[in-house]
Amino acid sequence: MSVVNPVPAGNPAHAPSLAAAPGAPHEAHVEHGLPHAQQVRANRLGLWLFCFSELFLFGALFTSRFVLWGNTRPELSQVIGLIATAVLLLSSYFMYRAEMGAAHGDRKTFLRGALLAAALGTLFFIMVVVLEWNVFGLEANLFGIEIFGHLSTADGVYGGVFYAMTGMHALHVLSGVVFILIIWWNGRRGRFTPEDHWGVEATAIYWHFVDVVWVFFYPALYLMGTVAG
Amino acid sequence: MFKTLRIILTSALVRGILGQLIGTALGYGFIAGLRALRGAETPWIYEPALAFGAIIGVIGFLIASGVLTDWLKWIVGRRTPLRHGAPEGKPEWSRYFNVDYNHKVIGIQYGVSSLLILLIGGIFAIIFRIELAQTGMQWLNNNQFNTLFSAHGIIMIAAILGGVGAMINYLAPLMIGASDMAFPRLNAFSFWVSVPAALLILSGLAVGGWDTGWVGYATLSLRAPVGMVLFLLGFWVVGFSSIAGSANLLVTVATMRAKGMSLFRMPIFVWAAVATSIIQLTATQTVGVALTMSVAERVMGLNFFDPSGGGNPILYQHLFWFYSHPVVYVFVLPGLGVISELLPVFARKPLFGYRWVALSSLGIALVGFLVWAHHMFTSGMADALRVPFMFSTMLVAVPTGVKFFSWIATIWEGKLPKNPPTPLLFVLGAISVFLIGGVTGPILGTIPTDLHLHDSYWVVGHFHATMFGGFIFPFFGALYYWYPKMTGRMYNERLGKLHFWLMLPAFWVMSIGQMSVGLLGMRRRIADYDPALGIEGTQVLITLAALVIGWSVLIMLYNLVFSQRRQPVADPNPWRSRGPEWQIISPPPEFNYNVPFEVVGDPYEYGLADTTYIRDVARASVPSGD
Ligand code: HEM
Ligand SMILES: [Cu+2]
Repeated sequence: MSVVNPVPAGNPAHAPSLAAAPGAPHEAHVEHGLPHAQQVRANRLGLWLFCFSELFLFGALFTSRFVLWGNTRPELSQVIGLIATAVLLLSSYFMYRAEMGAAHGDRKTFLRGALLAAALGTLFFIMVVVLEWNVFGLEANLFGIEIFGHLSTADGVYGGVFYAMTGMHALHVLSGVVFILIIWWNGRRGRFTPEDHWGVEATAIYWHFVDVVWVFFYPALYLMGTVAG
Repeated sequence: MFKTLRIILTSALVRGILGQLIGTALGYGFIAGLRALRGAETPWIYEPALAFGAIIGVIGFLIASGVLTDWLKWIVGRRTPLRHGAPEGKPEWSRYFNVDYNHKVIGIQYGVSSLLILLIGGIFAIIFRIELAQTGMQWLNNNQFNTLFSAHGIIMIAAILGGVGAMINYLAPLMIGASDMAFPRLNAFSFWVSVPAALLILSGLAVGGWDTGWVGYATLSLRAPVGMVLFLLGFWVVGFSSIAGSANLLVTVATMRAKGMSLFRMPIFVWAAVATSIIQLTATQTVGVALTMSVAERVMGLNFFDPSGGGNPILYQHLFWFYSHPVVYVFVLPGLGVISELLPVFARKPLFGYRWVALSSLGIALVGFLVWAHHMFTSGMADALRVPFMFSTMLVAVPTGVKFFSWIATIWEGKLPKNPPTPLLFVLGAISVFLIGGVTGPILGTIPTDLHLHDSYWVVGHFHATMFGGFIFPFFGALYYWYPKMTGRMYNERLGKLHFWLMLPAFWVMSIGQMSVGLLGMRRRIADYDPALGIEGTQVLITLAALVIGWSVLIMLYNLVFSQRRQPVADPNPWRSRGPEWQIISPPPEFNYNVPFEVVGDPYEYGLADTTYIRDVARASVPSGD
């Protein structure tokens, strides 16, 4: 989904020459790159525009939920929903730590934050896609809590909207986790500097964005309306 | 000869297509294999496998063609300087068959594919138009007819999006004095992802077509033949192209304008490009949701639209038109921008009300988001929505009117040449055609009249007039106007005029014919009609007119192809334009401006003494027309 690739080169000291500097002379091997600062500014704007665009994707799903469910909702495991939400919010905190670490050249904080954010993101993904989706129709109890959901794809619009919203969001979570792992791996090899860590910044923005979407999806799926009988 | 063949066979295009075939086979085989493991048999055309194969196929195309290569290298932390010029040891023309990052190459890639697709869509139209010339079924069956008009619609839309991409990519960076787009790789991606998408849609025809028209309304789409799913996915993949391309353009305009080029000193076409991109950036996502839901409902049995599971078919229409009304402005805004761009050059007068025209593009784009439900007056949507949408629809006429007044005031007492050159002819023709398209709109936007006219040929007449007036005529005009810029040579003026004088009258006959049979009771999207309607004569006329339009377009293609060799080298600024792109050699150098320019005046002060638009930062100012 991420067309504005938020995880570009580790090190823009190698700033990929994205365009010619106006008026640069034309020797074949002269790099026609935008100055680094301008390129980062352009990248940042591009990423925000991409988020703005995605707002309409999630907005359309969100609206569809109200059209199709109205003032009702399916029965879902409240415990899983609550824990998953907490896990995702926590991961945003670690992502923030990671970005601060990268910005201040504190490699350890950066790496630890990124790894934790990715782990929590994965946990969220598992809770939603493995437990709540329960594609194989399993049943299990942990401390008296049912940990597998019951909703199935065949459950009319309740299944439809739930799978569409969580599925589209989970796809973003998954891609976010992949991005975080990429910056973590590049960071371990020393690719980011305080001056130059656009890849980390981009991943962080994307991750927070995906988080904020869930802040709206969670109540729409789990809390609002009455449980349909 | 052999070398040429080898270059083509190893090009990104051919590699991509192979990659798509392999990817499709793998995806298909994966699902079929899973079924085999469970002991189920898979029929030859099994929809879930086809859908999965289609998606993997697109990825296969992208990987094999090489548009993703640089990004994949970034992931492992490699540096990849941007490649410029033709691939090592290959001739210049091979750039057009390969992944190239130069915005001018990409613009021409868009343009050529757009014209090719236009040709295919046109052939479809002529095939079913011949069927409609008489009552009774002559040479098509119902299913073929349905598939053909559905494919005609979506293919033409793809062609228009390609043409819009062509104009914006080629012109916008030149006009603002940038050396390229802000993200050249993303730019290449935007173009190349639309190729497998077009192939998907076309392959939908091969597996039995579909019959929903370009709108793909649920619940018909849920029961349509298997070609439907390829249509839905192809449409969906085109969306990536729109979103990536528009984000790129917006960033380019925001960050890479020449020194001194404030927003209100940008060439007016750039404003149109910005407005267009805002629509594409946002609205595309909602149709993406509608298409995803349709695929999910067909393939995975999720329920959104089918009322038997509690779904709501009207929801599809809302999501669809929330994109598809605004997108009609994507089709026309760049074209209208071309009209505003060209008129002052030929009238040798300032563009009347520059600021208003600039803002009217944004106005149209924004109001365009508020009117989508005028396509649904008869759909059974909530009654309370009808009247508000009628009013908002009428509101669109205001910014559109601003443009018309500006054009007329610009022509007024201007010095239009007595013997207008082809681009000017097309611009004037566009205004006349867009006018009938425009005035037939409010009649449809008014609920009482729309209840009668909806789904009639009147609507067909309306939107052909708007799209020809707002896109086809200005696009052709732009092709002729910037032809010397792109190729360095002049097109053949006599053939250009012949093209125009065949196409304009034929179009008028076709469009007014469509509206009149619509008023007399001809429904749209049907293969046959009652002889008692008494419209056969007009139907024959419409078909003949369509044939004339088809021939005239062929004349243009001939002109564009052969003028490159036979015609004389063009003057560097044949139109005496003040546009920055005309102050440099044609075709422009790889990085556009060897010497950057600076904006020191307003863009359209034609005929005013002592005015300059741009001057070289380093050298003395460029003389500027009269
Ligand atoms: C003042 C401007 C316009 C108004 C008030 C207007 C109004 C309408 C209305 C009410 C319809 C629905 C008719 C029906 O199905 O019953 C319609 C259809 C359509 N209009 Fe316009 N329109 C305007 C301009 C345009 C422009 C500029 C374009 C495009 C380039 C355009 C393209 C279309 C298309 C493609 C359809 C048919 C969609 C379909 O059902 O397949 N219109 N218009
Ligand atoms: Cu509309």
